[in-house]
Amino acid sequence: MLQVSGVTKQFDLQTIFSDFSLSVTENGFTVLLGPSGCGKSTLFDLLSGVVPADTGTLRWRGRELPHLGSVAAYMQQKDLLLPWFSLMDNALLPVKTVNGDVKTAENRAMALFERLGLKGYEGHMPHEVSGGMGQRCALVRTLMFDRDLVLLDEPLSALDAITRRTLQSLLLLLQTEFDKTLVMITHDIEEALLLADELVLLTPRPMAVQGRFVLKSPKPRRFDDPELLALKSHVLGKLTGEGNDDSL
Amino acid sequence: MIRSNLVALAVAGVLLCLWEGGCRFFGVPGFILPPPSVIVVTAVMKAPLIAPHAAVTFLEIILGIALALAVAVPLAMAMFAMPAMERALAPFLVASQAVPVFALAPLLVVWLGYGIASKVFMAGVIIFFPILVSLLEGFKSCNRDFQTLFRLMGGGFWKTMTLLYWPWALPHFFAGLKVGVTVATIGAVIGEWVGAQQGLGYLMIQSNARLKVDLVFAAILWLSIMGLLLWGFVGRLEKRVVTWKNNPM
Repeated sequence: MLQVSGVTKQFDLQTIFSDFSLSVTENGFTVLLGPSGCGKSTLFDLLSGVVPADTGTLRWRGRELPHLGSVAAYMQQKDLLLPWFSLMDNALLPVKTVNGDVKTAENRAMALFERLGLKGYEGHMPHEVSGGMGQRCALVRTLMFDRDLVLLDEPLSALDAITRRTLQSLLLLLQTEFDKTLVMITHDIEEALLLADELVLLTPRPMAVQGRFVLKSPKPRRFDDPELLALKSHVLGKLTGEGNDDSL
Repeated sequence: MIRSNLVALAVAGVLLCLWEGGCRFFGVPGFILPPPSVIVVTAVMKAPLIAPHAAVTFLEIILGIALALAVAVPLAMAMFAMPAMERALAPFLVASQAVPVFALAPLLVVWLGYGIASKVFMAGVIIFFPILVSLLEGFKSCNRDFQTLFRLMGGGFWKTMTLLYWPWALPHFFAGLKVGVTVATIGAVIGEWVGAQQGLGYLMIQSNARLKVDLVFAAILWLSIMGLLLWGFVGRLEKRVVTWKNNPM
């Protein structure tokens, strides 16, 4: 269980969060959905410890932590592959930076390359592969962190629609096959509805939770699922400020 | 690329022809300004005389580069790791560049002697600054998202340095080194002018005093070729090492 409670942050006298709280179930897929510029990325900077919060506490499995930098893996919109390393060397970075056992890790990475459809590309350089493959490699690297909590900061928003669809199913693997607890921020409603176990709607600055929805339909889901379609129009209404129907 | 090289060659050709023609047409005495053809012939024919001096100057430059690297590289890393140190040292380093190094040449000869040490030091002092500044700027320009990634991976200072900051800064470093090696010749020659028993600068001073202006120009020609070779070598080394492009992101 990840618990964020009472987080407050101000930048240049502008309040980004005041008393923001959130709790995420273990092995669940929690998606934070909000309009662009509502402070989602700042929230991730706070969680990962890049910027400190003014007040508030973070708990992971009951233990209070200054930030999640040491317990979470992180993936963002840019694949952040180092241009001077091959895909394999990039995937091994989390192991290399902590002087881990590279030989064993290489076998593990090899299996992941195969599982995520990158077999045969281990030796390629990042500029030689497409954006989708780069993001798959970033996914392998994320798994090589070997951490149970994964923070996803709009990981697919730089990809084209088709590549995105295949990568969404790979993201699901993180939950079903690798037992990760996932927290993703996105502004793409459909992506949120396809992946989330719990959908958290955020308001613009100061950021607050506007509503929570538990999605029960089994995954992988289809866009034409009536439950999703109903929820989608409801969520859209909330995000755009139209309709005040709180019952659902 | 080839086109622009051709244009440059054509311009050089025209200038050389004007020089050659002017010298011959106006009958300029050889001890004032020899025509380029004479300079080239001297540079080649007097090679046995020039080569030992060139070897000394070359050695001074190489050692000067090594000295500059040995000081600038650790200093750049220290200043990058400790911003307080950068704030403390930066004004002095900039001020040191405002001091004309050539004015120090006679002092260096007094301190370090007539041997190659004073010349190595002169060359080193000149190259030191571009290397330091370019490397430090290279480290500092590193993409912020990469830094965050390394922080989350729990990479310590040295790991982050070798896996991230150094590769990132290498293109900057080579740019500084290329500037450095081309101006290194200046430092070595000035050092030799002030007091030396050998080297191309020494040969120039000696030849000038004897009105052997063709030999002065021949030494300059050798010196320029030496600088170009060093520049070319660093350029090739860079192509070998830096096989990627840093995407600015």
